[in-house]
Amino acid sequence: MRNYFIRRLIYSLLTVLMIATVTFFMMHSIPGGPFTREKPVPPEIMRVLNEKYKLDQPLYMQYLDYMKGLVTFNLGPSFSKVGISVNDLIVEGFPQTAKVGFLAALLIIIMGVPFGIISALKQNRPIDYIVMFMATLGVTIPSFVIASLIIYFFAGKLGWIPPFGLSTMGSYIGPVVALAGYSLSFVTRLTRSSMLEVLRQDYVRTARANGLRELSVIGKHAVKNALIPVITYMGPTIAALMTGSFVVERIFAIPGIGRYFVESVSNRDYTVIMGITVIYAAFYVLMVLLVDMAYALIDPRIRFEKESK
Amino acid sequence: MKRKLFLALVALMMIPMLFTSCGKKEEAVETAVEEAAPAGPVVMNWNLAADPKYIDPGLNGASDGGDLASNLFEGLVRERSGEVIPGIAKSWETSDDGLVVTFHLRESKWSDGSPLTAHDFVYSWKRAIEPSTASEYGWIWHYTNVVNAEAANNGEVSVDEVGIRAVDDLTFEVTLSAPTDYFVSLTSFYHFMPVKQSSIEDANGGDGMWMKTPSLAVSNGAYKLTSYKVGDGLTLEKNENYWNTSKTGLDIINVKFIDSASTGYTAYQAGEFDFLDGSSVPPAEIPALVAENPEFYVFPLLGTYYYNFNMDLDMWSDSRVRRALSYAIDRTLIVETLGRGNVPAGGFVPPGFPDHEGNDFFETAGTYGISMDAGSVEEAKKLLAEAGYPNGEGFPKFTLMYNTSEGHQLVAEMVQEMWKTNLGISCDLENQEWAVFQDTRKAGDYQVSRGGWITDFLDPMGLLAIFVDGNDYNDPNYNNPAYNEAMAKASSSNGAAHYEALYAAQDILMKDMPIVPVYHYTDYFLSSPKLKGWDRSMLGQIDFTTAYLAD
Repeated sequence: MRNYFIRRLIYSLLTVLMIATVTFFMMHSIPGGPFTREKPVPPEIMRVLNEKYKLDQPLYMQYLDYMKGLVTFNLGPSFSKVGISVNDLIVEGFPQTAKVGFLAALLIIIMGVPFGIISALKQNRPIDYIVMFMATLGVTIPSFVIASLIIYFFAGKLGWIPPFGLSTMGSYIGPVVALAGYSLSFVTRLTRSSMLEVLRQDYVRTARANGLRELSVIGKHAVKNALIPVITYMGPTIAALMTGSFVVERIFAIPGIGRYFVESVSNRDYTVIMGITVIYAAFYVLMVLLVDMAYALIDPRIRFEKESK
Repeated sequence: MKRKLFLALVALMMIPMLFTSCGKKEEAVETAVEEAAPAGPVVMNWNLAADPKYIDPGLNGASDGGDLASNLFEGLVRERSGEVIPGIAKSWETSDDGLVVTFHLRESKWSDGSPLTAHDFVYSWKRAIEPSTASEYGWIWHYTNVVNAEAANNGEVSVDEVGIRAVDDLTFEVTLSAPTDYFVSLTSFYHFMPVKQSSIEDANGGDGMWMKTPSLAVSNGAYKLTSYKVGDGLTLEKNENYWNTSKTGLDIINVKFIDSASTGYTAYQAGEFDFLDGSSVPPAEIPALVAENPEFYVFPLLGTYYYNFNMDLDMWSDSRVRRALSYAIDRTLIVETLGRGNVPAGGFVPPGFPDHEGNDFFETAGTYGISMDAGSVEEAKKLLAEAGYPNGEGFPKFTLMYNTSEGHQLVAEMVQEMWKTNLGISCDLENQEWAVFQDTRKAGDYQVSRGGWITDFLDPMGLLAIFVDGNDYNDPNYNNPAYNEAMAKASSSNGAAHYEALYAAQDILMKDMPIVPVYHYTDYFLSSPKLKGWDRSMLGQIDFTTAYLAD
């Protein structure tokens, strides 16, 4: 297990470095630059700016410089938030994003999974229809619609929650619901279908035939297996939730890092594009790794020792 | 064992999150309590709609930073609704030959209590010109006619050669290479505001960060900066050291950077904001607001929305073709469809520039015989036929390019339709992401492209100068020696000669029609009825220096 873990960790690091490399060169290949303006900057000033940010050097030198910074966790200065380093932007913004993302992930797990199970157990009964109707709505309505509707009704018309920011407990409701909406619905559907499949398996019938109590059949034998696809899905989803969403952070005006995913590209803010991509990639590979470890706990058929020999 | 490892990992990941979330929540609650305290300071809430790149006026090049600068700083003069009024300079005079302008400063202080002198202006202006400062607005010195300012900004001579000096602590003298009528009003622009040398030279003050660091943010205007949080907002407090502070009725301005228009607008309706920047108003709401909401203010913005013909292409070599395309557009229909109170553009200079006789340049220039609605279509057809394309037959298909935006798309579609129906000419539309579009247009890699230009000083020069050959912003690559000559005359003269040259220049421009002017811009705000006394400069900067809240 430990060998496997170490090996995977090395692969993960390599993956992140590769993603960083590909992003770096793709980003520099798009037209425009951080100093592109409607009223262009005079050549002399452009020269000074390029020199200052080392954009006058050959691309491979810039790449080596950046990678050197990256391995020492120095993500460089932001081009559009002048005077502020990308490290500072992330340190300032990540806690805001992570709070919302964590609550959204929690909501998905504590609501999506139980509703999916209930729905499967009461298949084709009213409760199943209601849950599935809600889940279908949740999957089909885009988050910006949910977010705008929440703001319009609960903040604008009713005044129950503040229209922006994270100032009170109530202000978390909007962003968390909007952020979780799609995944919550998806997890509910996934749990339900996976549960239905497991319930038809022989071992469930055997467990029942052996006279085990229904609660034990469901809880100990069925749910555990039904959760494997859910865990597979939740890994990358948690990575995405924890790094935030452009739409949700923009609409609820949360000063997090999610908004930089789009903003930095429009501004050609090279260092922020890189920083935010690397953070997301790192989270992603970490979650994939954790998911693989989790399989071993849930499914005794999966063993790592054999592979590592 | 495995299970323990897994749980430990999960727990490790969760701990910091829980900590940060608790800590932040408590902070938030505390500030909420402070704000709710009754009978406290007079607080105004303002959504600026963007986190400004710079607040330092010498480095800033955007309107959001400019709005903050006009509240935090004061230049030699102020411009309010087109009128130049004293600022830090209580008076000024121009020598008989118009080449030396002397400003007499009042005794005033910085927000930290230190005295503000003419030497501060010398430092600030030289810093702004210095190419190593890399100010995005450095190019404005190329239009000031200040001796050697352009050369120094291009790095050709030292900034010490520039014609500015402090005669004594309260006398500031500027030497010009040609008489320039708009020079004094130009000094109201944020680029010319004084900045605090000791803060800029502080180890933590570089890159304009001194104006985002409350302990270093020393300013000389009605307010001072007391907090700044990246991506979130900032706080302005009344500056008791401002010379005219008794006129300021607000104690605190909370500024937010909410860029989602629907959120900002909902918050305004919910009473969370007293003042909402125009970019925070959803475009779809504007026509209704213009029509019926007294809290909605529309101002002309000194700029023009137009299309460039790529003059390097053979297809646009005949001026009759270019004029035909311009005449075939129903500008009134376009501005009515947009519903933002825009004025149809007959020329390039928008309303708002009085000439030497006090008449509005826009009114006097007229529309050059172009009907502002569909009235010139017949003439357009005739011009096109004369050029050899009756009913558009045989005219090559071309592409009209604009940067991706709903508004630009709407205008482009209407123009496309008008050319098709009125002239029988068809064109394709293509949109490009903003930064890509800037590159394409700069490289001249287009046939027709969208353009927009807003002036930075109160003179038609600020607009017409861009079509002089060699100008960095001459996107159509227009080059007519007669036009260049008229503009050269305009930039080296004042009074009647200046305006006559400008009228002549626009006559040439509209005869050649290297561009299709469409409409003149507008600017808008939402301001709560209880917020009074604010002002807006013609150049578009919002000023809360004399603002107050009425009950």
